[in-house]
Amino acid sequence: MESNEVLIDCQSVWKVFGERSKEAIRSITERGLTKREILKEYNCVVGVADATLQVRRGEIFCIMGLSGSGKSTLIRLLNRLIEPSLGTVRVKGRDLSTLDAAALRETRARHIGMVFQSVALLPQRTVLENAAFGLEVQGIPRDERNRAAETALAKVGLSDWKLRYPRELSGGMQQRVGLARALTADPEIILMDEPFSALDPLIRRQLQDEFRQLTKDLGKSAVFITHDLDEAIRIGDRIAIMKDGVIIQEGTAEEIVMNPADQYVADFVAGISRLHLVKAHSVMMPLDQWCRQSPGLSPDSLPRCSPEADIDALIGKITGTGSDAIAIGHGGTTVGVVTTRSLLLGVRGESDNRAAA
Amino acid sequence: MDFNPGAVLAPVVDWLNANFHGFFAIITRIIETVLGSIESALLVLPAFAVIAIVVVAGFFAAGLRVAILAGFCLGFCWLAGLWEASMQTIALVVVAVAIAVAVAFPLGILAARRARVEAALRPVLDVMQTVPPWVYLIPAVMIFSLGRVPAIIATIVYGIPPMLRLTTLAFRGVPNDLKELGQAIGAKPRTILWKIELPAALPTLLVGLNQCILLSLAMVVLAGLVGAGGLGAEVTRGLTRMEMGLGLRAGLAIVAVAILVDRLTRGTLERKSRAA
Repeated sequence: MESNEVLIDCQSVWKVFGERSKEAIRSITERGLTKREILKEYNCVVGVADATLQVRRGEIFCIMGLSGSGKSTLIRLLNRLIEPSLGTVRVKGRDLSTLDAAALRETRARHIGMVFQSVALLPQRTVLENAAFGLEVQGIPRDERNRAAETALAKVGLSDWKLRYPRELSGGMQQRVGLARALTADPEIILMDEPFSALDPLIRRQLQDEFRQLTKDLGKSAVFITHDLDEAIRIGDRIAIMKDGVIIQEGTAEEIVMNPADQYVADFVAGISRLHLVKAHSVMMPLDQWCRQSPGLSPDSLPRCSPEADIDALIGKITGTGSDAIAIGHGGTTVGVVTTRSLLLGVRGESDNRAAA
Repeated sequence: MDFNPGAVLAPVVDWLNANFHGFFAIITRIIETVLGSIESALLVLPAFAVIAIVVVAGFFAAGLRVAILAGFCLGFCWLAGLWEASMQTIALVVVAVAIAVAVAFPLGILAARRARVEAALRPVLDVMQTVPPWVYLIPAVMIFSLGRVPAIIATIVYGIPPMLRLTTLAFRGVPNDLKELGQAIGAKPRTILWKIELPAALPTLLVGLNQCILLSLAMVVLAGLVGAGGLGAEVTRGLTRMEMGLGLRAGLAIVAVAILVDRLTRGTLERKSRAA
């Protein structure tokens, strides 16, 4: 379902909080002041600094950061719950800042769903009424909106609970209702603001998998906020890491784990298991290098794997066949070789060509 | 040095009286008409029929328990021989509370949204609550003359502050994420107010309404002083004639009316919000 159509296009967006934020913004554009200078000169806090990101159709984009990193501010800039101080946010090609109140409501109602960490269910309404609430405020007739809500509840596995009240549901189930409410309006983009952070680990994992599956099946795009790198890796197609309001690295999980942009990211990814994350193409050495190292051997005699095979599969292949190297290639062409040594380096998160260089 | 605000205010009241007499006469006429029609509506049927109607309506609006309680309260007023006075008092309180809520509710919401409005209102509310009601009864009587109208105005003035303060508190207390939800799903501000904020604020609002009703009823005694009739007049009569029995009966009838009005409104609103 992934395509190159950009649904959310966020260009150099800043958010500055404080009484003198206007002056602060002017000095950012004119003099290029840094966050710290802004705080010192204007007593303004920079929530998000120069954030640029694009979310494509069918993609799950994770924003990972610790509390205070500005990730919750950033996600609220994407549906203009918070007005950006500088920069543009385009949703489906339309600049949000140019929309009037009615058009903005329309965009939020039709194109951008949102799920909150606190779930934010209305306690006096049943599960069904909560799920249908988005359509209700749009003035959709009861039968129609209930039908849509029932479909959405079925997708999250809560059909039997639709007449219950939120307080009768467990935390995980409540968050499913929150997701169903976002799905009922059938938006193309779902903003997830730390939706699973308050859940216990087992339920969280289950919901992560379900969420990813559901989003992919329905072809939705999602921006997913989390403070948990494991979660970002499990869910995200691409991950942006935020620190102090700045996006310090953006890429696939593999790119981030293999090439952390700085020490901060490196510390983060240190504890992450590479087994299912790192693929053969990241750890293999180029074919000619292997040929130089092992003269007389032909790659055709080695067992073969695709470049997309993960380390776990490569280990299986090596231990299963007894060979100490694997040829990597698609179809008939061999592009590289994974040796036991490069595999071990890969587990540690280093690639062989880098270690050699 | 002598500070005498009365010397400043008295001419103002006189001036108002002289120049806006027609305006005040119209207000008096409107209030009298509304009060009178509610009163006569309550008194047109025999007491037992009114009690029966209230009990049945209470059952459907608020449930069995409230219905039985309403029956007891009204039954007491009837058997105590204070039926007519009780109905006059109910009419007075219902109108006073309705007006107080109509003033306090929107102002309270405004104060919850704008800190400046709240800062401006706070001292005014303090004055309204602490100045002994007798004091502002004087200009009210001067302008509107004796009768139910100054009484109802004193009651409204007394009933507004608790309702207003608790409305502000109630709307401040609405969880921020619920309001954010409303915005995120593209709800209009009015929809957010009615469908998200109001239900979340309701428990505190009901406390405000309860306080408004009870304080208004406490003012009813005072209404007797300025000739508004009703149970207040009976209490005043009991006091001036040193008739313990009459005073006690009328006092208890005021309690009965207070419980009746409070439980009926609360039960109805709570059930309505649950059904919505």
